[in-house]
Amino acid sequence: MRNLSRTLGSVVFAAALMISAAGCKKKAPIVNTPPPTSAPARTTNEPPPSAPLAVRINSFTGEPRSIERGQSATLRWSVGNSTDISLDQNLGAVAANGTRQVFPSQTTTYTLTARSGATQDTRSVTIEVNSSVPPPPPRPTGPTVSPGEILGRDAQDVYFDYDKNDIRADGRSTLTKDADVIKRILSADPGFTIVIEGHCDERGSEEYNLALGDRRAIAVKEFLVQLGVPEDRLKTISFGKERPVCTDQDEACYQRNRRGHLAPAQ
Amino acid sequence: MKIKLILASLTALAAGAIFVLGQDKIGGEIIKPKGNPKMAVIDFRGGGDAQKFMTTFNTTLWDELKNSGALEMVGKAFYPLEIPQQPQDFKPPTTAAPLRRGDPPRVVKNGPWLTDWSGPPTNTNFLTFGYTAVQDGRLLLRGFLFNVGQPDVTSANLIGKLYVGSLDDDGAKKVAREFAADILQQFGMKSLSGTKIYFVSDRSGNKEIWSMDYDGSNQKQMTNYKTISKDPAVSPDGKMFAFHTLTKTGWQIMVHSVETGKKLPFYNMVTSTIETPEFAPDGQHMLFSATVDGWLQICMTDLNGGNLVRLSHVHALEVSPKVNPKTKRDVLFISGRSGIEQLWKMSIDGGEVERITNGEGYVANPSWNPNGQMIAFAWTRGFEPGAYNIFVMNLASKELGQLTSSAGKNESPFWAPDGAHLVYQNTPTHGRTAQIYTMLADGKNQQKLTTQGDNTQPVWSNAIN
Repeated sequence: MRNLSRTLGSVVFAAALMISAAGCKKKAPIVNTPPPTSAPARTTNEPPPSAPLAVRINSFTGEPRSIERGQSATLRWSVGNSTDISLDQNLGAVAANGTRQVFPSQTTTYTLTARSGATQDTRSVTIEVNSSVPPPPPRPTGPTVSPGEILGRDAQDVYFDYDKNDIRADGRSTLTKDADVIKRILSADPGFTIVIEGHCDERGSEEYNLALGDRRAIAVKEFLVQLGVPEDRLKTISFGKERPVCTDQDEACYQRNRRGHLAPAQ
Repeated sequence: MKIKLILASLTALAAGAIFVLGQDKIGGEIIKPKGNPKMAVIDFRGGGDAQKFMTTFNTTLWDELKNSGALEMVGKAFYPLEIPQQPQDFKPPTTAAPLRRGDPPRVVKNGPWLTDWSGPPTNTNFLTFGYTAVQDGRLLLRGFLFNVGQPDVTSANLIGKLYVGSLDDDGAKKVAREFAADILQQFGMKSLSGTKIYFVSDRSGNKEIWSMDYDGSNQKQMTNYKTISKDPAVSPDGKMFAFHTLTKTGWQIMVHSVETGKKLPFYNMVTSTIETPEFAPDGQHMLFSATVDGWLQICMTDLNGGNLVRLSHVHALEVSPKVNPKTKRDVLFISGRSGIEQLWKMSIDGGEVERITNGEGYVANPSWNPNGQMIAFAWTRGFEPGAYNIFVMNLASKELGQLTSSAGKNESPFWAPDGAHLVYQNTPTHGRTAQIYTMLADGKNQQKLTTQGDNTQPVWSNAIN
């Protein structure tokens, strides 16, 4: 019962929404009702009137009735018993039977007027121009700045002592901030994966440095996981001393190379 | 026929470079090795068209013998004027009545004789001689080795042998190397001719595995992974080589056939880093270091990566397992389990763990001498971190020798199959690229093998290809 009443309630609510939505809807562009198709038939079937013959617009159409901005439509008409025929919208005098290509930039009503002496006939056709404003791009699936860019901009490298893999005090505060950056990225893009790179300075042996870089990356990962970053979003890789950021042989450069670096996974 | 004194000289060679670890005298007094046996080598001449290739032949023969490190080569300026080409050329001197009564009998020279060589100014112990000729369109070498200290030709004659090669420079090199190998065998030495060195070079734009002949010739690119490939190792039969490569999922071991160059199946465990592959001397197993529970640990599998066994269980980094080629049981490895990385030893089942180095400095790249008793490694003891030098040690006595003394970094020593040479890499002070050198086990006779790009991690294949 409770379910039913809730369903009913939601139906009523939905209906109300639709009504109110209808009420709010932007006014539809004015479109002249096309002439009934029977009209020309009727005209042709009618016996010719006695002189002076009455002016008669046999047909006046616009094709297509609806265009995109920049596209064209073709007006086509046929008028009987008149030589004084004109189109408005600055199109001027026209022949009794003819076509005219038009390029309305907005929804426009064209009126054809045919005169003969005191009699006249008019007919109008409206060409609807859609989307006078270009549509927005498709809705992005994530934030407009890519997660990789956010990571590169906001996440800091964490530095290590020589031959050590412990996270130092400065590393703890760096990684606390990095964890916030990662969580922010993951809240927008839960599928994003980060690879933690472990690097070493050039002094250790190639073999031990690769192991040390591996251990540094794992130490960073363990710390981030402790701070609540989901483990399955973090991968690790060691570059040992293969990818130094500088090559000077002094402690300042060595320190810059003994690092954990966060990068988007490929 | 083998010469006993040579074994003694080899021991002297090792002992010469050694002093006791406990004395803490790095760079201290090194005992001079006793003199090696002296060797004279005549310039061989060739009959007819063979003469064209004699420069190549003589250079090759001389270098092979000299570079063995087992011989002291006697300079040709000291040789007698009469040069023998075959044993028949030796004519013993005879005695004749003195010209004056009361004098001792005269010695009459009848041609070249052994004492011309054993006596001053040549003063050699051994003489290599012979000649070449063309036979059936091929190069024929008659080679002889004499111990000129003997009283007669029969007892002096150690080698008298025929060698055949093509009638060109390659043929001349071939017969010279074969002859040199036979001579060196008399001195208990193994010739390095025909052996290969595998190494890492970035000269193609990426670190790839390369190979070259023992003397640096014939350098060839063996892999083309276009990422980073390093840590080469060669199987005991010389038919496979292993290394590791950076792949999309991490560092993985690859095994390739030497003959075809193609990849052979090896199943890597799923982890971030696998490095320092090593073929066990039994030809059945692969050892390596892999990330297990957050630390690189020494592991062992079958040759195809199956039946994984973890040998170490510590919260420390451990790399570079190297199995004793003689006992096939002792495993040297580098471990940080006592702090900074040191050289350790364990049995292949993971037991009997023992630290080899004393805790000072950083240690890397252990290598076994083929005799299973001497080892070599890189150590920063006595130097700044990163300033590695090459040390050798007698594992039983812990006697230690230092073979290099700075001039940049000296790393990755690897014993040659002859047990008398080492190959290693040197990075000059302030240099950015390393080059590969060979030297004798006393640090002498350093020869540069590479020049192009950065060349590292040499390993010497035991097999003759």
